Amino acid sequence: MKNIALYLGLAVLAAACSSEPAKNEAQVTDHGTTSTPSTGGGTGSTTRPAENANVQGNPLRDPNSILSKRSVYFDFDSNVVKDEFRGMVQAHARYMVDHRDARARIEGNCDERGSREYNLALGQRRAEAVKKIMTVLGVQDGRIETTSYGEEKPVAMGHDEAAWAKNRRADIKYAGE
Amino acid sequence: MNARSITAIARSLLLGLALAAAMAARAQLTIDITTSGGRQIPIAIVPMAGEASQPQSVSEVVGADLSRTGLFRLVNAAGVSPLPTEPSQVNFPDWSARNAEALVIGKIDPAGDGRVEVRFRLFDVQKQGQLASYSYVVAPAQLRATAHRIADVIYEKLTGDKGVFSTKISYVVKRGTRYELQVADADGFNAQSILASNEPIMSPSWSPDGSRIAYVSFDQKKPMVVVQSLAQGTTKVVANFRGNNSAPAWSPDGRFLAVALSKDGLTQIYRIPATGGPAQRLTDSTDIDTQPAFSPDGQWIAFTSDRGGSPQVYRMPASGGPAQRLTFEGSYNVGPRYSPDGRFLAFVQRDGGRYRIATLELSTGQVQVLTDGTLDDSPSFAPNGKMILYEAQVGGHGQLAAVSGDGRVRQRLTSSAGDVQDPAWGPMPTN
Repeated sequence: MKNIALYLGLAVLAAACSSEPAKNEAQVTDHGTTSTPSTGGGTGSTTRPAENANVQGNPLRDPNSILSKRSVYFDFDSNVVKDEFRGMVQAHARYMVDHRDARARIEGNCDERGSREYNLALGQRRAEAVKKIMTVLGVQDGRIETTSYGEEKPVAMGHDEAAWAKNRRADIKYAGE
Repeated sequence: MNARSITAIARSLLLGLALAAAMAARAQLTIDITTSGGRQIPIAIVPMAGEASQPQSVSEVVGADLSRTGLFRLVNAAGVSPLPTEPSQVNFPDWSARNAEALVIGKIDPAGDGRVEVRFRLFDVQKQGQLASYSYVVAPAQLRATAHRIADVIYEKLTGDKGVFSTKISYVVKRGTRYELQVADADGFNAQSILASNEPIMSPSWSPDGSRIAYVSFDQKKPMVVVQSLAQGTTKVVANFRGNNSAPAWSPDGRFLAVALSKDGLTQIYRIPATGGPAQRLTDSTDIDTQPAFSPDGQWIAFTSDRGGSPQVYRMPASGGPAQRLTFEGSYNVGPRYSPDGRFLAFVQRDGGRYRIATLELSTGQVQVLTDGTLDDSPSFAPNGKMILYEAQVGGHGQLAAVSGDGRVRQRLTSSAGDVQDPAWGPMPTN
């Protein structure tokens, strides 16, 4: 293009100001002030592995099984697995103990705020936090790989807390799925 | 406040190497400039004789290059008749009367074999003396590149600093779930897609000689580090260890990459051969260490660590060893990048929920916040150290922007293509 146009103007940054939960210096801080998507049944600790034997087909895909729940949601700047998700993570740990050929990958995610590469590391730490619950319950370390998408794969595309809360997440995925 | 805006509309053909069919799209890149304060050199750039019949106006590109820096003010040549194209035709009082301090004239003549000879001259109007005179014999398709070389000469003569008009930038364009790694001229023209994927692409990093780009690919559903040759288009996975592989940074000699790996648990910094190979661990903390950057002299690696409870910038010897904390203001200072002279680090600082680009002067510890965005990220110095290219979020979309080291000159590179993110400014051309 050969044309160069001169005009007066000031670039104005769009003031997409966002409210942010108070930041604590500590890296692992559960603010408890942000909304979190419901697990839809992940709060209970009543699910027993024995139930799975009664389910026709694959319990990992049975919507009535807690094992169909795969996502752990986090508070801002936190990698603490909240109590409401522990039952679900523990159920997956028991599944892997019972199914010795099962291998899993836990993928951490972040909301869009902050630096991409640092968020990649934060997502990885979230995945590690979920993995640790599972290895404590007897799943061998080598059967779970933790990775991160950082802020690169948001499931909610908005730029507000409702979207961010859905994106601060770790997903449990099994090999072959 | 002296605000001015120059818009150059770039249409870039996407010349996908292996994926040409998927890349028949076009993108537009618009550069807006804002300057505040400071002196601008008034310069008259006269249209060159013979350029009207060429595919590219050289004088327009030279003028746009110089204007974009914010350091020059273009003096209108309209009304001067005849417009000079030879030294003997220059009437210096004409240009003094227009307050021009510098004058550029030139001409383009056929040179045989379909090539053309471009000759330009730069004059000091007050001293009525010639400052530079160069000629280039090139194919007409090279006229734009020639104009950048001319602008480099003028910029260096008048400011004392090297010009970066002949350099390239790389960045990631995201359209929906489609990602492209693009390389373009520093003014946004001639954008070429060198990689396309339906998985994210992150953190492009130029090899010191400009021949290769390292980046993070998610093609295998997890981050791994790939090095791609620009001339051949060949790619090699150089880090695909268990867990995350990311944040590639070249050693100044181009032989090694510092990378962030999580193969041993949390993310730590390792060194690998740039052609791939075993990873040598450089940090040994129980927290996150990532975003390494070699100092230009190769002695240090600056990086991000949250070992102190919040993410801060540290540095350590390039072979590993005790780390020294460099940032102390605020609870979030990440992603350091050295200036080419090694005196400054640019990094991302959070302040009250806003993420901005700041610089740290290493000798004094002085921090200067340069930008006022909400979600600025990925600073990258121009190879002459004068501007810092970065990613800004505007209206919910990633866009590129640049700011001068003193914060006085700001450029916004807007694209209609989608989200533009993760910019990296390439090195000086080697020829």
